[in-house]
Amino acid sequence: MPDEKKLCLRTSGLTKVFGIGRQKTVAVDHVNINLCEGEVVSIVGESGSGKTTLAKMLLGLISSTEGEVYFQGNKRDISSQKKKQEYWRNIQAIFQDPYSSFNIFNKIDSVLLDCIHMRGGRKLPHAEKVKLMAEACSFVNLKFEELTNKYPFELSGGQMQRLMIARIFLLKPKILVADEPTSMIDACSRATILDELMQLRNEIGMTIIFITHDLGLAYYVSDSVYIMEHGKLVESGSADEVILHPKEAYTRRLINDVPKIYEEWDLSTV
Amino acid sequence: MANVMLEVKELTTKYITRFREDVYAVDHVSLKVEEGKSLGIAGESGCGKSTLALSLMGYYFPPLHYTSGEIIIDGRNISGMNPDEVRKSILGTEIAYIPQAAMNALNPTQKIIHFIEDVIQAHDLYVTKKDNYERAKELFETLGLPAEVLQKYPVELSGGMKQRTVIAVSVLLLPKVLIADEPSSALDVTSQKMVIKMLRQLMEIGLISSMIFITHELPLLYNVTDEIMVMYAGQIVEKATAQEAVFDPLHPYSKGLMGSIIVPEKGLRDVKLTAIPGVPPNLKKPPTGCRFAERCKFVRPECTLHSIPLYEVGGGRAYRCILSEKELREAYAREAYENAR
Repeated sequence: MPDEKKLCLRTSGLTKVFGIGRQKTVAVDHVNINLCEGEVVSIVGESGSGKTTLAKMLLGLISSTEGEVYFQGNKRDISSQKKKQEYWRNIQAIFQDPYSSFNIFNKIDSVLLDCIHMRGGRKLPHAEKVKLMAEACSFVNLKFEELTNKYPFELSGGQMQRLMIARIFLLKPKILVADEPTSMIDACSRATILDELMQLRNEIGMTIIFITHDLGLAYYVSDSVYIMEHGKLVESGSADEVILHPKEAYTRRLINDVPKIYEEWDLSTV
Repeated sequence: MANVMLEVKELTTKYITRFREDVYAVDHVSLKVEEGKSLGIAGESGCGKSTLALSLMGYYFPPLHYTSGEIIIDGRNISGMNPDEVRKSILGTEIAYIPQAAMNALNPTQKIIHFIEDVIQAHDLYVTKKDNYERAKELFETLGLPAEVLQKYPVELSGGMKQRTVIAVSVLLLPKVLIADEPSSALDVTSQKMVIKMLRQLMEIGLISSMIFITHELPLLYNVTDEIMVMYAGQIVEKATAQEAVFDPLHPYSKGLMGSIIVPEKGLRDVKLTAIPGVPPNLKKPPTGCRFAERCKFVRPECTLHSIPLYEVGGGRAYRCILSEKELREAYAREAYENAR
């Protein structure tokens, strides 16, 4: 990692409140995060700690109650549909459930073609488009010839999630939000998907925001880790620092909750 | 020698597809679970883990069909039994099964206590409502679940709590064998730990005599079970104690699985995760010879010639590969040396 880090995405006092009056729930509470270019950042917390809400706000899928998002130094403006589309050219996401990530009526070719069109490749000759699609598929170890004329539901969960990564490869966004991308996939495909994500990061210098509840995963992939509890950031720092020398009791509990093999797994502390 | 709670001999079951093709998802599986022991079953998606769990109950409904083999629960042979009889006299009392989405089994319009009454009535046990409540309350309290849960509706409970409730209900009739099929995969790590703690507690206080735990998360298996069986394409490819299976696997497939372990411990970031390339074979036409051959790094021409038996090594350990123990260990050592460079 270069010493001079360029700030890519910054939030100041980002807050989301659901409901009013007695039903009020503060899902995300004054969160400040700084993301540098090419960095992999994990946001870790148990279910209900506001990780996904934060991700949705960063993506501009839901509006924030308070606070701002700064993208490359400027205040983010997504007031109109056109500006939103412009913003989404820079930030993309992979979601938890691969089965619901695709439009079931569209064939895989058209999913990938849309990505090429989004990058301004609408006028390219057809052969060129096919070449780009095949390249993206081979990047994630899928065979494009086998995928043409297939619908997403004909693939396995792991293959679909890899197809999502192929999409990202074509779109080349600056930031990728990966919201639990491996939680619905078995342990064996998980290694493949993580490796492909890291490869992609190296290839196009993308910033990855990795959202997970598993500190083991976070430790494996990320440069720095943010721990969230009830909407607040309670601890942050480099991965080694947070995982191997945690300061907060909450972080220690999260680490303790992940099954271990080299050390004794303490089951008494639930 | 301890009592054998569940013994399975050469069990084979198949799916018949709507095109009348046979898919042998469980192929000559033999296993034995002793009293007070737990057995783990590991493998990728599509290896037949869940089909094995369904087959063990002896409760077959199309497209799953029984072909051959024996299932003996505590000395009683249940293979080939009439499904109605199995439901009445085996499920719940002899074998309990917790499927992956067990929490969806709860009826959203009924309180938990009514669900428990249903379970008890289905087994022809005439108990008064008061006795029933006392019994359920006692069970819940021993397992560390608050008794208020009984008077609640499923929507009022969190996912982890629902899962634990279903597990508690499943042991209500004191089954001899509990089959847990990925009971924690839809939960976050904190609730997962609670579920695991509960399962271990069940074994310790003797509510269940033995357990079969199915998952793809190897660190979990290592912490819960005594013995691990690795399945691939409907067959058992390795059988070993948990310690041996995780730290010293023999079969190349088990070795590949162990390469994908992620734990938040020192040294994790220095190793690169290894994934097994390719996908499991189509079981409509299983390959002759070793089923893992096309994905195996150490494949030899003679691997694909004829089917390979499960070699017993001693100490309850067995693996299905034509290479000898020594050859495999040497191959792994060479590989580790090359990776280190």
